[in-house]
Amino acid sequence: LLDFTFRRMLLSDEEFDELCFEFGLELDEITSEKEIISKEQGDCKASEASDIILYKIDVPANRYDLLCLEGLVRGLQVFKNKLEAPRYRRVRPASGEPQKLIITKETAAVRPHAVAAVLRNITFTQERYDSFIELQEKLHQNICRKRSLVAIGTHDLDTISGPFTFTAKPPAQICFKPLNQTKEYTAAELMTLYKTDSHLRHYLHIIEDKPVYPVIHDRNGIVLSMPPIINGDHSKINLKTKNVFIECTAMDLTKAKIVLDMMVTMFSEYCSQPFSLFHVNSRELAYRTETLSSDFINRKVGINESTEKIAQLLTKMCLKSTATGAGDEIEVEIPPTRSDVIHACDIMEDAAIAYGFNNIVRTTPRTYTVANQFPLNKLTELLRQDLAAAGFTEALNFALCSQEDIADKLGKKIEDTKAIHISNPKTAEFQVARTTLLPGLLKTIAANRKMPLPLKLFEISDVVLKDQKKDVGARNSRRFCAVYYSKSPGFEVIHGLLDRTMQLLEVKPGSTDGYHIRAAEDSTFFPGRCAEIFARGQSVGRLGVLHPDVITRFELTMPCSALEMDLEPFL
Amino acid sequence: MADTGVLELLRLIEKADDGVDSVDAASRLGVDHQVVVGAVKSLQSLGDIISAEQRSSKHWELTEEGSEIAKQGSYEARVFSAVPLEGLAQSDLMKLPFGKIGFSKAMSNRWIKVDKAQEGGPRVYRSVRIIVVDQVREKLLLLQKGSGSQLEDKDKNELKKRKLLSEVTVKSYWIGKGNSFSTTITKQETELTPEMIASGSWKEKKFKPYNFEAMGVAPDCGHLHPLMKVRTQFRQIFLEMGFTEMPTNNFIESSFWNFDSLFQPQQHPARDQHDTFFLSDPALSHEFPQDYLERVKRVHSEGGYGSQGYMYDWKIEEAQKNILRTHTTAVSARMLYKLAQQEKFTPVKYFSIDRVFRNETLDATHLAEFHQIEGVVADYGLTLGDLMGILHQFFTKLGITKLRFKPAYNPYTEPSMEVFSYHEGLKKWVEVGNSGVFRPEMLLPMGLPEDVSVIAWGLSLERPTMIKYGINNIRELVGHKVNLQMVYDGPICRLDS
Repeated sequence: LLDFTFRRMLLSDEEFDELCFEFGLELDEITSEKEIISKEQGDCKASEASDIILYKIDVPANRYDLLCLEGLVRGLQVFKNKLEAPRYRRVRPASGEPQKLIITKETAAVRPHAVAAVLRNITFTQERYDSFIELQEKLHQNICRKRSLVAIGTHDLDTISGPFTFTAKPPAQICFKPLNQTKEYTAAELMTLYKTDSHLRHYLHIIEDKPVYPVIHDRNGIVLSMPPIINGDHSKINLKTKNVFIECTAMDLTKAKIVLDMMVTMFSEYCSQPFSLFHVNSRELAYRTETLSSDFINRKVGINESTEKIAQLLTKMCLKSTATGAGDEIEVEIPPTRSDVIHACDIMEDAAIAYGFNNIVRTTPRTYTVANQFPLNKLTELLRQDLAAAGFTEALNFALCSQEDIADKLGKKIEDTKAIHISNPKTAEFQVARTTLLPGLLKTIAANRKMPLPLKLFEISDVVLKDQKKDVGARNSRRFCAVYYSKSPGFEVIHGLLDRTMQLLEVKPGSTDGYHIRAAEDSTFFPGRCAEIFARGQSVGRLGVLHPDVITRFELTMPCSALEMDLEPFL
Repeated sequence: MADTGVLELLRLIEKADDGVDSVDAASRLGVDHQVVVGAVKSLQSLGDIISAEQRSSKHWELTEEGSEIAKQGSYEARVFSAVPLEGLAQSDLMKLPFGKIGFSKAMSNRWIKVDKAQEGGPRVYRSVRIIVVDQVREKLLLLQKGSGSQLEDKDKNELKKRKLLSEVTVKSYWIGKGNSFSTTITKQETELTPEMIASGSWKEKKFKPYNFEAMGVAPDCGHLHPLMKVRTQFRQIFLEMGFTEMPTNNFIESSFWNFDSLFQPQQHPARDQHDTFFLSDPALSHEFPQDYLERVKRVHSEGGYGSQGYMYDWKIEEAQKNILRTHTTAVSARMLYKLAQQEKFTPVKYFSIDRVFRNETLDATHLAEFHQIEGVVADYGLTLGDLMGILHQFFTKLGITKLRFKPAYNPYTEPSMEVFSYHEGLKKWVEVGNSGVFRPEMLLPMGLPEDVSVIAWGLSLERPTMIKYGINNIRELVGHKVNLQMVYDGPICRLDS
């Protein structure tokens, strides 16, 4: 489909890729249905598939106007000066009153907002129809946050008659024939029916627990839809539909308006009066005018262009702009398709894109500053070097781990750790943040048992501890941990490393101003083989020979001694 | 071989004009050939005293059986002699040790005949009167004398077939004088000793040459982790560029600082359970700068500062939710807020390199935690061109000079640019980082002056490290499944080479 468009622009694949890059799109892949099927299921299955070239393009997350082919083509053609940005118009029906949508107060309990519009005398083809349905689905997944914020319903206006009513009723009182079903169901029955529907079951939770369900019906009580779940079968659209009634029900009115505007502006191209649409309840199309100066844009981007030139650049981005003549003032019209433009800086960005990011001269700011290291990181950097020089190899382990790693395996209770807990871990590996570096080092040894002994490892990293005194209720603590793993426990090696570390930190042996170790009880260590480390009278950590149960739980077989201490007291 | 043996060999070589064969030398010295070979090798290790060229030669040698025949005569001849004129019973003949073979050979030579009609079984008689020439013995004797060249190959092969003869290959040396030939040799020392240094005797000694082909002994040492080595280099680059390090030692962050302060709306997909780790304990943050929080709420829900805002119902409950920070930009936000509280604004350049967390699907290049590198500059009147200029300087220090920029979307920067560099190996442009100018909706509620711009960029530490050290699976680099051998073997890190 896209093939058609850029062939018309006379671009090669490379030029099209270049254009995408310049415009901020990502041309992911050039492929065809045939190629996709042959890749996934083999050549024989693909033989009957279409060869039409497909362009997979990634669109920026805030550009809903580029989500469908119609909008993307329009955007690129305007950008390449092949087309003038269309002016979307709200019109009144030639005869009779505009349609009305009445919103009753009951909706407040479940889904308080609704907006609607009509596309008249539209001509669908199979391609246009598919694109229409696809845009609806993309918006549902995207800005509508899987229908939770906004849900879109489209109907054949000629099968129903206004005014329409958006209300909310107890599930038992809603009864209609839903899309593509042969009989009527109550809302309660529908919820059961769709429990097993691979597509619809994901939306049921949005209203399931509510006392009332939202419903839209026409003047004769014909149900159009039960948003955000399903439309009625009666008003379903097809290729022959001439007049489309589009309703958006929502939790967020701003988003509902964006979504509705997107649906109607994109497809009004196919109406008998192109780019004309009918807003229900007489809402105007959301055009907005911003005034800014070319100086602002020049200053922010770092270019020096005339006011007229900048107005031209903006116009290329579907932001119709004119130099007012009053100084360097530019008037910019933001169309309803550009809901992403909410500030002058968004306009400035569009001017920069139209100018071409890569045409901007790269300059060096004259900002004069003196660099400072974060003292804790400076200490860490210096100490790491000397610990490696002392014969220990640096490990780097995850900050997240299982409860078991920091508690059970070390012979501790999880309640006694000050661990923070994660509420939504996908696996046990991410239950808590580590409160000690020891498990990571022991796991590193377990994964490297084929290496020659002794294994001497260290790590300096942060652990996380709950702390009421902090605004978030937790803090990091910088730790130093080292292990010695060999055929003999090597307590003297680890003890020697402590002595060396203290020497590096300029703390002398001694009980008051210096450091010393004192026998301690700790379930992680072998009884009688654990000591607490005191520095300048403060307990800073422990060292000792690990308990055989701990060694076994980490799937190790040799004796092991370890040291873990806080580094922050030595700043 | 004793040293004297070596000396004897040397004397032999001295006398020979163009050298001597080791086999020859062995027989002349009356020793086994292997002894001479040993002497040659030990002389070779002393330097260029002798030249020795290896050669191999083939010659015929009698087997044990062949030697016996050369001495006693062939079996057939012996059979002939054993048969008296009156004949011998065949059965008796067959009892002789050489009977069977000798009989058939003598028969085919027509030296004897058998009369099967005799009483008491077949009887053997001589069929020629005189003693015949024992050709087999003659040939073997010829070979034994070393005159085998007179024989035809056919004969030799016939004898070989009868296992009387075998062909042997002899490896020997052709030994000649070396450039520093001498008939006297001094004993070589293996190593220099303190005594030699003290006495000065090293001057007189000769030292055994080293084998420079062998590897040395690996030093007993510790090693730094490759990712941390790369981190050190990035820190260095930022410090060289005058950037001050931010305190990023706070993995737990409130949604407020991680998202809301950055003008990231509360319904943004990044704030989903699928993308972010939320905390159950401690679940909520409690202290916020109240008036700032109000301004943030207003800009989200109503707009202001020239913005339309997002026009939704902003909830404090959502902002309070504690998470594992998804980017270090949460710290940048705290730092910029702090900067805005200064009496007078001063320009700053900040950087950080620390862990961030994403509740993502894991694969060979993605983990739930990774290190983010971030740079931030705040000053009056910074432009998009300035951001590109700084990025150019930064990446030049990484050895990347070809850069281009692609428009992108990011909720808290506008403009936003993805940074691409040209990869000479892949022959294409690859994304190397993200960058942008912070939105006014983020900066102005903090209280920063309106004409101050803040530009920033970020990239991951893991990706350049994996490229630098040629690692394909991130688990071999980060975490306990690290390959320690890779850590041991890792070179120093120079990012620009």
